[in-house]
Amino acid sequence: MRLTEPDIQLNAQKKLRHLLTLEGLKEHQLTEILDLAETFFDPATGDLKKVPLLRGKTIMNVFFEPSTRTRTTFEIAEKRLSADVVNLNIATSATKKGESLLDTLWNLQAMGADMFVIRHADSGAAHFFARHVAPHVHVLNAGDGRHAHPSQALLDMFTIRKHKGDIYDLKVAIVGDILHSRVARSQIQALSILGAREIRVIGPRTLMPSHPEALGVHVYHDMDRGLEDVDVVIMLRLQNERMSGARLPSEKEFFRLYGLTEKRLARAKPDAIVMHPGPINRGVEIDSAVADGPRSVILDQVTNGIAVRMAIMAVIFSNAAQLQQQEREA
Amino acid sequence: MKLNLDVNSLLDTLEANLREDPIMGKNPHMIGIRSGGLWIAQQLHQRLGLETPLGELDIAFYRDDFSRVGLHPTVRPSHIPWNVEDAHIILVDDVLYTGRTIRAALNEIFDYGRPAQVLLTTLLERPGCRELPICAQYVGAQLNCDQKVKLLGPDPLELHLIEDKEEVA
Amino acid sequence: MKLRIDNARLLDPSTEQDITASLCVEGNRIVAFGKVPDDFKADEAIDASGLWLMPGLVDLQVRTGEPGDNACGTVASEARAAAAGGVTTFCVPPDTWPVADTPAVPELIRRRARQAGQAFVLPIAALTQGLEGERLAPLHALKNAGCIAASQANRPIRNALTLRNAMEYAASHNVRLMLKPLDVDLADSGVAHDGPVANRLGLPAIPASAETTAVATLLLLAEETGAKIHLNALSCARSVELVRDAKARGLAVTCDVAAHQLHLSEMDLMDFNPLFKVLPPLRSLDDQRALRAGLADGTIDCIISDHTPLYADDKLLPFPQSKPGISGLETLLSLTLRLVESGELTLMQALKALSRNPAQLLGIDGGSLQPGSRASFFLYDPDARWTLRADALLSAGKNTPFEGWEFSGRVVGTWFLGKNVFKPASQDA
Repeated sequence: MRLTEPDIQLNAQKKLRHLLTLEGLKEHQLTEILDLAETFFDPATGDLKKVPLLRGKTIMNVFFEPSTRTRTTFEIAEKRLSADVVNLNIATSATKKGESLLDTLWNLQAMGADMFVIRHADSGAAHFFARHVAPHVHVLNAGDGRHAHPSQALLDMFTIRKHKGDIYDLKVAIVGDILHSRVARSQIQALSILGAREIRVIGPRTLMPSHPEALGVHVYHDMDRGLEDVDVVIMLRLQNERMSGARLPSEKEFFRLYGLTEKRLARAKPDAIVMHPGPINRGVEIDSAVADGPRSVILDQVTNGIAVRMAIMAVIFSNAAQLQQQEREA
Repeated sequence: MKLNLDVNSLLDTLEANLREDPIMGKNPHMIGIRSGGLWIAQQLHQRLGLETPLGELDIAFYRDDFSRVGLHPTVRPSHIPWNVEDAHIILVDDVLYTGRTIRAALNEIFDYGRPAQVLLTTLLERPGCRELPICAQYVGAQLNCDQKVKLLGPDPLELHLIEDKEEVA
Repeated sequence: MKLRIDNARLLDPSTEQDITASLCVEGNRIVAFGKVPDDFKADEAIDASGLWLMPGLVDLQVRTGEPGDNACGTVASEARAAAAGGVTTFCVPPDTWPVADTPAVPELIRRRARQAGQAFVLPIAALTQGLEGERLAPLHALKNAGCIAASQANRPIRNALTLRNAMEYAASHNVRLMLKPLDVDLADSGVAHDGPVANRLGLPAIPASAETTAVATLLLLAEETGAKIHLNALSCARSVELVRDAKARGLAVTCDVAAHQLHLSEMDLMDFNPLFKVLPPLRSLDDQRALRAGLADGTIDCIISDHTPLYADDKLLPFPQSKPGISGLETLLSLTLRLVESGELTLMQALKALSRNPAQLLGIDGGSLQPGSRASFFLYDPDARWTLRADALLSAGKNTPFEGWEFSGRVVGTWFLGKNVFKPASQDA
C-alpha cells in the first residue's frame, strides 16, 4: 500500500543520476566509478590528467557548512574535467526559512548550474535538493549531516583497492565516533557492497549507534581486540565538541583507549594500512609516528580523492548523455 | 561479412610509404589510437623497428560526442611513455572517416606537449565523408563512403563490412 | 425542524446497539432511536439504505492555526475539515500564538467556533505561562473561560518539582491534565525514532526512553498527587505496558494514540520525506503492534488525529528542519476503520475510541445516539472506494503522508446539532 518513491538517485535507465548515498547501489555501480578513476592517472607519471570531458558544464559547489579541504578537492576534480566551477559558501543563518533555501537553489539553477555539489549540516539535505532540482541538474552529496559522504567512502575504497587488491576478503576496522560520522556510514555501506569479509567498529558505546547490527558491523569496545588481524584500520576524526563532556571524559582518556599507536597497530596484520579521512588530530586519535609512518596512506587518500570525484562526475554526466540518446532514438 | 582486403598487404603498403618518408630520419615516435589503430600501430612499429616504445592513446575523454552518447564503457588510460615535446610522431588509426577521432587524438597529444610534427597514417580511408579538414599522409586503401568496416583483431587482423545498425568503431 | 433518517445501520457505542432502523431528530437533539414515534411528522426524510449512521467523532487533539502568527488554517477552515472527517467535537491544544495562558485565547477560539457553527471546539488551557514550564498559568480563570483541560502541548515541563506542583494545583481545581510524555533531555533535539532506520540514515534520534521515562514519571506523580491525567499520543510499546499496569493498580489514568502511529513506522522515513515527520516520531513495527494491541485490550482509550495543518513551506525543508505534524482530521476515521477491516478491533471498539471514550473522559455529551443526545452524527457509505489526494483535503494543511492511499468507506454527510454541515461535493445527499 505504501507508495515508495523510486530510488531518487537513479534515472530511468537505473543508472546514477545523482550521488546521494551508497545505500542501495550495486557492486558494479561502485566498481565502474573506481575503475574509471584509475584511467585519470597518467600511468607514466602518476599525475592526474586534465581532460576536456565536462567542457561547457557548470558545476556549483554549494557549501552550507564550511570545509575548505573537501571543497578544494572537488574544485580540482571539476577543473581537471574542464568544467566551469563556481564556489558558494552559504551561511545557514541566511537560509532560515524553507522558501529561501529552495529559492537559493532555484536561483543558482537559473544561472545555469548543471550539477550541484552540496554539503549541508542536515541529514537528508542532499535528498531534499535532489527532489527539487530541474530534471537536467545533478546533485552530488559532499556530506549531509550524519547521513552520508559517498565520495569520501569511494575514495577510501579506491585507496584500499590500490594497496590491497580486492576488497573482498578483507577485515576492516573503523575506529572512533561512528554515531555522528557520515563518513563511517558511507564507508560501512561501501565495504558491505564490495563484499568485505568483516567490518568492525571500535569505540565506546557513547559514540556508537544504538542498532549497529542494522549497519552490518561488529562492535568492539576494546581497541586491542578490535584491531586483531585486520587488514585496514580507518581512524575517524573526533570532533572537538565531543572530546569532553557526557560522551567522553577527556581526549587524553580517549587517546589512551582508542588512539592508534605503533604498539596497537602491531595487533593488526603486518601489512595492514592506516587510513584517516582527515584532517587528523595528532595525539587524539592517532599518534604522529603512525600518521607519518610507512603504513599510513593518508596522503594517498587525498590524491585519490580527486580522481574518484572526477570519475563520479564523469559517470553521472555520461549516464545523462546515454539517457538523452535513448530518448532521442525512442 | 569479411571484406576482400588483405590486412597484411595493406600494411606492406604503409610500411613502404613510411620507410621513404623523411620522418624516418628524425627519430620518429609512434602512437596508436585504441583499439584498431593500436593493433595496426603494433604491426607497423615492429616492421619499422622503431626504438622508442609505442604510445597508446584512448581518446574516450576527448571525444566531442560525450554529451550526446556518454562515455565509452571500456575506457583505459592513455599511455605515452616518452616526452611529446618536440617529438616527431607517427599517429596511426585503422579507418579515417569523419576526422573527429583524429581531432580528439591531436587534442590529447597536445595536452602532453608540443610535438615537432605529427604524421597521420591509416589502414583505410572513406573519402567524401570528412567533417573536419583532416587528411592522412598515407593510407593503405580507399573504400566507398557508404562502406562501413570494422577491424577485428588483434590476432588475426581481419576487416569486416558491418550492417547499418552497428556502430562504427 | 424535524429530520427523519430511515433504513440506516445505527451504530451506538454508548449502548453497543447495532440495528438497521430510523433515527429522529428535532432541533438539535435526537428524539428517537430505532422506532419512529407515531406523532413524529418529519420536515425532511432521508433514505439512508446501505449507509451507516454513527455519532460524531470526538478528537482530543486538533490544531487550527488560530490564533496564530501567520499559521496555517483557521478555526473555521479546520472545523470544515472536521465535518468532512465525521468529527463534530475537538479539543485545541494551547500551543497557539499567543499561547492559551490567558482567558482571551480560549474565548477567541470559542467565538470563532460559534461563528463557524460546524463543530464543538473545546480549547485546552496552557498549564504553565507561555508553556515555558516554569510558572503556573491561571488555571481556574482558564477553566471558567471554557477550557476543558490543561496541557503543555509539545513542550513538556522539564523540572519534576514544577510538574508535581502543577499536578497538585490542577487537582485542587479539578482540572484534567492532558500531557504528552516526553523527556526533552533524552530526546536531545532528535527527529526520528532511535532504531535501525535512524541509525542508517544518520538522523538525530529520539530513544523510546524519552517517552517511557516521562510516562513513568507522570504516572507516579499522578498517583501521589491524585491528579486526573490523560496521556497524549503514546508511541512506544513500553509506554502501553506502563499504562496497563497503572490501570490494573486502579490509577485513574487514560491515554490516546494518534491514528498515524497505528499505520506508519520508522520504515517510512527511508526517503527522508518530511511528510512523515511527527512528534512523537514514528516508531518500530513492534511498537505499532503493541499500540494496536493496547487499543484492543482497552489500555488505550482514544484515538486522536493529532491534527496539525502546515503550509507546504513548513515541509519544504530537509527532514531535520521541517516542522513535525500531519493534517489528520480527514483520515482519522478511515485509518481507524482499517483496523476493523483487518479484524484487530471490533467496530464498537473503534467507535468507542473515536467518540464515546473521549466524550466520557472530557465529561461531555457525545458518542451516543440515544434520545436526548445532541444530534451530532454522520452518515457513512461503507462501500465507497476512494483514493486520498492531498489537494482534495478541506483542511488548510495539505500535509498528509497518506497521499495515494486507497480507502473503502467514507463520510457522506455530517450533522452538527441537527444541522447538516457536510455533504460531499459530488453528491446530493
